Amino acid sequence: MSIEKFVTVQTTVVPLPIENVDTDQIIPARFLKATTKEGFGDNLFYDWRYEKSGEPKADFVLNNDKYSGSVLVAGKNFGSGSSREHAAWAIAGYGFKAVVSSFFADIFRGNALNNGVLPVIVSEAFLAGLFKSIDADPKAELKIDLQAQTITNVSTGEFESFEINSYKKDCLLNGLDDIDYLLSLKDEIAAYEKQAVKF
Amino acid sequence: MGKTLFDKIWDSHVVKSIDDGPNVLYIDRHFIHEVTSPQAFAGIKERGGKVARPDQVVATPDHNIPTIDQHLTIQDELSRLQVETLKKNCEENGITMYGLNHPYNGIVHVVGPELGITQPGMTMVCGDSHTSTHGAFGSIAFGIGTSEVEMALATQCIMQPKPKSMRINIEGELANGVTSKDIILYIIAQISTGGGTGYFVEFAGSAIRSLSMEARMTICNMSIEMGARGGMIAPDETTYEYIKGREFAPKAEKWDKAVAYWKSLCTDDDAVFDKELNYKASDIEPMITYGTNPGMGAKVNSNIPTLDSIEDSSKNTFQKSMDYMGFAAGDKLEGKAIDYVFVGSCTNGRIEDLRQFAAAVKGKKKADSVTAWIVPGSKQVEKQALAEGIKEELEAAGFELRQPGCSACLAMNDDKIPEGKYAVSTSNRNFEGRQGPGSRTLLASPLTAAAAAVTGTIADPRTIFNL
Ligand code: SF4
Repeated sequence: MSIEKFVTVQTTVVPLPIENVDTDQIIPARFLKATTKEGFGDNLFYDWRYEKSGEPKADFVLNNDKYSGSVLVAGKNFGSGSSREHAAWAIAGYGFKAVVSSFFADIFRGNALNNGVLPVIVSEAFLAGLFKSIDADPKAELKIDLQAQTITNVSTGEFESFEINSYKKDCLLNGLDDIDYLLSLKDEIAAYEKQAVKF
Repeated sequence: MGKTLFDKIWDSHVVKSIDDGPNVLYIDRHFIHEVTSPQAFAGIKERGGKVARPDQVVATPDHNIPTIDQHLTIQDELSRLQVETLKKNCEENGITMYGLNHPYNGIVHVVGPELGITQPGMTMVCGDSHTSTHGAFGSIAFGIGTSEVEMALATQCIMQPKPKSMRINIEGELANGVTSKDIILYIIAQISTGGGTGYFVEFAGSAIRSLSMEARMTICNMSIEMGARGGMIAPDETTYEYIKGREFAPKAEKWDKAVAYWKSLCTDDDAVFDKELNYKASDIEPMITYGTNPGMGAKVNSNIPTLDSIEDSSKNTFQKSMDYMGFAAGDKLEGKAIDYVFVGSCTNGRIEDLRQFAAAVKGKKKADSVTAWIVPGSKQVEKQALAEGIKEELEAAGFELRQPGCSACLAMNDDKIPEGKYAVSTSNRNFEGRQGPGSRTLLASPLTAAAAAVTGTIADPRTIFNL
């Protein structure tokens, strides 16, 4: 099995200028009862997105036609809370290829990477500038080049480089996942076990 | 330069380190439950592989199970399917499972320690963020996503970059009525829910050393709520004493060997942390949260912060949270009416928590306006509560002891707080809708929950119980 290769994206974006968006908002617990990875995108941000009746809430960004695109731009500390990978499945399932924020919770970040979704950490200033550009023009575009590790606010030309370790970068660019790699280490793992402390 | 406790355990579990990439980390114990494992088993099957070390994996269904009538089949079809899928996967792969009604069933982070599976120096993972609980024994324990559950099942390893290190020292003596839950709520309120992100935290200092294992677990449990990868406390006599004689603890000469090794598990005097924070135990008072993340906490006898004390860039988010809670900035906390009290979860569902709650409410009555759910963290906790007469004590005060499970902590079963209702909860998360759609959660210690339960309001346990 592998993940989808990450190619350079230039896209309009979906803004969510809220801080501390937690995984219970990304995918509420009652949707975690599935035994497959499918269908989570439909329930992404469910309680913010839908009325109790199931009607879309007009004031939520995913229900606003003005905004679209394959990148979610969110306030700082995105993805805090539970380790549920269902949050990453929901984001990927909805069609997002990347999430941009000034700060991510650790587990979410790892889960996103394991599902081919790139978390891009930008400076507070860059993030504020981005929200401003989107405010001025909902069709403002963002470009993310993973190979060069740069993110560009196309409207202003402002750009930043972002960090990602070279191992993960390579995995994303080539669509490889960790499990295949670990399986290839069988002998090294067995050798480790021989010398490990045991009682 | 000396090594930290964390370094010692981590470094001895690295199978391979990848340049500018993660470490391949060997996992000693892997806990699984019904919610985050089915897709991992499916992945293994798809690849044609099998579970590498079934003896090092333990399963217990907990998130979805009902807390009444556990002898009946689970009514909710999807929940039942998840629990049955776990059973099937465990049977197919030779994994021990403590299913519903098994005497060892319970919340995974309560079960591991009480069976002596959790031991110092181990690396432990589970597809659940509160795996950090086990760090109280001086182990490296942290939550993982389902892809990593699959990795750990398939290879007994996962890939992780080594986190930075932080030490939080708390010196001095805790005042009466102040519990370990207040310590951790206080720290999170100080450093916010992102303050520990990127770090693995060692809790140290005289206040920590004086705590029981149960109380230590509460602190490590909620280290994830400050964003940390996990928390840990160096093992000492209290730790050995707790483990000794438990079902899976080392026995006879193995015990001596183990203790000798565990004694080496401490941070060297000259070790340096990436970050170090110091707090005084005497500054800590009973805490409660008023907002929609665990960092929004205050002393129970104080007020919600005023809007001008909030940074400009965060004002919108703060206001959104107040609107959700139905509170106003600057409001006094004490005296606000509450509707539900939940005592339980992997944070405060252990025997000591039930004892504390029961002792506090003894001779008093539950307020009529309050619905209370007292949920033991495991079958063993339930059994002990019965043996100690805690059930009767609770009943005399108008409370009912339910059956074990995660329950209203995340409301995947029927234990949901109704929309708009306020719940003082001993669990760990107060996110919007965490305890059911529209529910409003106030996190607090079992003692503060007891004060709320008998008054029907937010109340200071020191005043209510003359502590
Ligand atoms: S009690 Fe709550 S936090 Fe703990 S494992 Fe269960 S759902 Fe997670």
